[in-house]
Amino acid sequence: MDTSDTLLLARAQFGLNIAFHILFPSITIGLAWILVYFRAQYARTGEPVWLETYKLWVKIFALTFAMGVVTGIVMSFQFGTNWPGFMLKVGNVAGPLLAYEVLTAFFLEATFLGVMLFGMNRVPGWVHLTSTVLVAVGTSLSAFWILALNSWMQTPTGHGTIDGHLVAADWLQVLFNPSFPYRFTHMMLASGLTALFVVAGLSAWRLIKAPGDATALRTLRAGVVCAAVLAPVQAFVGDQHGLNTLEHQPAKIAAVEAIWTTEKGVPLVLFAIPNAEKRRNDFAIQIPKGASLILKNDPDAELKGIDAFAPNAPPVAPVFFAFRVMVGMGMLMIALSWLGAWMTRKGALPPRWLLWTFAGFTFCGWIATLAGWLVTEIGRQPWLVTGVLLTADAAGPVSGAQLGASLTGYILTYGVMLVAYMRVLTHLAGKGSGLEPRPATAMALSAAP
Amino acid sequence: MTLDLPVIFAVLMGVAVLAYVVLDGYDLGVGMLMPAADAREQDVMVSSIGPFWDANETWLVLGVGLLMVAFPAAHGVVLTALYLPVVVMLIGLMLRGVAFELRVKSEGWRRELWNWLFWFGSFVASLAQGLMLGAYITGFEPGFGYFLFSLVVAGGVCGGYVMLGATWLIWRTEGALQRKAIGWTRWGLLWVALGVALVSLATPLASETVRDKWFDFPRTLGLMLLPLASAAAWLWVWRVSGRIQKGGPVPDWAPFAGAVAIYTLAFLGLAYSIFPYVVMDRITIWQAAAHPSSLKVVLIGALIVLPFIIGWTAYVYRVFRGKATGKLYE
Repeated sequence: MDTSDTLLLARAQFGLNIAFHILFPSITIGLAWILVYFRAQYARTGEPVWLETYKLWVKIFALTFAMGVVTGIVMSFQFGTNWPGFMLKVGNVAGPLLAYEVLTAFFLEATFLGVMLFGMNRVPGWVHLTSTVLVAVGTSLSAFWILALNSWMQTPTGHGTIDGHLVAADWLQVLFNPSFPYRFTHMMLASGLTALFVVAGLSAWRLIKAPGDATALRTLRAGVVCAAVLAPVQAFVGDQHGLNTLEHQPAKIAAVEAIWTTEKGVPLVLFAIPNAEKRRNDFAIQIPKGASLILKNDPDAELKGIDAFAPNAPPVAPVFFAFRVMVGMGMLMIALSWLGAWMTRKGALPPRWLLWTFAGFTFCGWIATLAGWLVTEIGRQPWLVTGVLLTADAAGPVSGAQLGASLTGYILTYGVMLVAYMRVLTHLAGKGSGLEPRPATAMALSAAP
Repeated sequence: MTLDLPVIFAVLMGVAVLAYVVLDGYDLGVGMLMPAADAREQDVMVSSIGPFWDANETWLVLGVGLLMVAFPAAHGVVLTALYLPVVVMLIGLMLRGVAFELRVKSEGWRRELWNWLFWFGSFVASLAQGLMLGAYITGFEPGFGYFLFSLVVAGGVCGGYVMLGATWLIWRTEGALQRKAIGWTRWGLLWVALGVALVSLATPLASETVRDKWFDFPRTLGLMLLPLASAAAWLWVWRVSGRIQKGGPVPDWAPFAGAVAIYTLAFLGLAYSIFPYVVMDRITIWQAAAHPSSLKVVLIGALIVLPFIIGWTAYVYRVFRGKATGKLYE
């Protein structure tokens, strides 16, 4: 097996592990704040409906969180096992960011989580509420550090060099590098939307099984309304993120838009099959001068193509397609959340076809998030740290056979975990919150003092 | 005064690894004991570690994180050399993590399957950790003899975890299960005694560095305090667990405390054997250390956060004190 195959295996393995890991934080970061809302509503109103809602969703949170913890442990080892050259070269910068992630965020989550999950009857109410808030803060802080590191790898600033190793010259510049604010906002919104669609989807699933469940209707409504607000905001933030990328990583944009050669008045390619061999797009459907117009506000502006960056240019096809999957899914999410918000107005039970659609879209956030990550990570290739370290130079001495065997092991394990996870989620959601739907009279009686 | 940052970080890393081994050790041990208990007891055992295991595993991330951050030049060498056992351990930890969550939410054969995977994951992860330790002590030398040595170490680590898990159960359970746990503790103790004896004999044979460090008179006489203290702790665990069985006036956390003492002493011996290397016989902590500017930044964060974490962990243990019941979600 030659080195390029081994490199591809190492990348495939790392990519699989990080993609599988991100599925779970992308839910928990958002869901943690939704739980804070449920918990605070219970503290404020004292209504058992909020308590039961909280108790149902905290179980789903616990399971998702556990999946995130165990797959996250894999990540902490993968840097060393697959990319020993990474820490060697940029460890002085990347290390502290990862250390702070572990110290502040991971610990905050893992220590307060026990009280949040199991301690409701053991600690005073305010301690429990505080624990719930701190877990949410912890998950968001965790995202902060990881995205700071990832953004620094995309658009490194604030560092110097001593004896061939990078050191941080200005930590604030390292943290708040040019792409960080955009990427962080984009990821937080992605996580919020992913969690909201999980809430809406599982609530819809419950309503299919028990149409009288007022609690599920309430959470469905909350989910779609929040999603209807966040989804268009996400589209705007994504657009800003794209313009920021054009400024700092034009090679990635060339791949996203499938621009092979630098020219003026570049068309916007809606669909095509990028042909890397002939360096052109086959079967292209495009809007003349469209790319120049949306990216530079000038139909005749010049845009750099892949040729301007060769040989250190990213592969076009995967970035191009992943970007279209992400945007397409985002559009669907906007349309669906608006439709859902309209159909559930004044607490109406939506028609069954819409419930089935939401149930089917439970994990749609995963697809959009993963597609987005593929765009940003493959779009950075062949660099691991843009302009500083090539991915190939960070690879380790591990043989292709070892990589292949362990990759197989991971795929099998992840397959089992994912199937089990999704089954249990639908099972839990199908059972509902435990408050059985009751006839209106019984409800009125039980509400009387 | 200048701080010797690499030494400080070596100590911090050591503390994190020791905390991990003791904390995750008891819940891995409980996992390995699953097949020895009946269905109701299994529920109690699992719920006894429920509020803790997430945080316990976090210490592993801190340990490997410190290796990565403080000793980047060693991090890649260690982890690529340990590639396969690391993968096996990770898969084991993942399996037991999901099995832990899923077993309570399923019934019938599915619950049996998750129970089995919980045991299997705990066992495989412990075994892999032992193999990693064995390979680490011998500086990743290839060859069958070294592998055999690692296997012996792995056996000792598994036995040690079983002992920790069993003493944890003496502390956290009551009645028939507690009595069973006393029996398990004694098996674990015998296993540990055998493992420690074999490892103590084999390590000086396998590593010249270790031999020179321990057999250097008159220092050896002072060093003999460590094995003597270990033997005393061992005897003490044996004695107090017996007295608990007879209903004697012994707090039921005593055997666990003794088991932690055994682990701590063994760890100190190990740390003495290895220091100042981070990769045995090849890379010292000073050679592998990151730039002081980075170490300082991390140290500040660690000094702020760690006391807070330790305090909160103590609070969590206070909140979840007392005997476990089968019910986790109240």
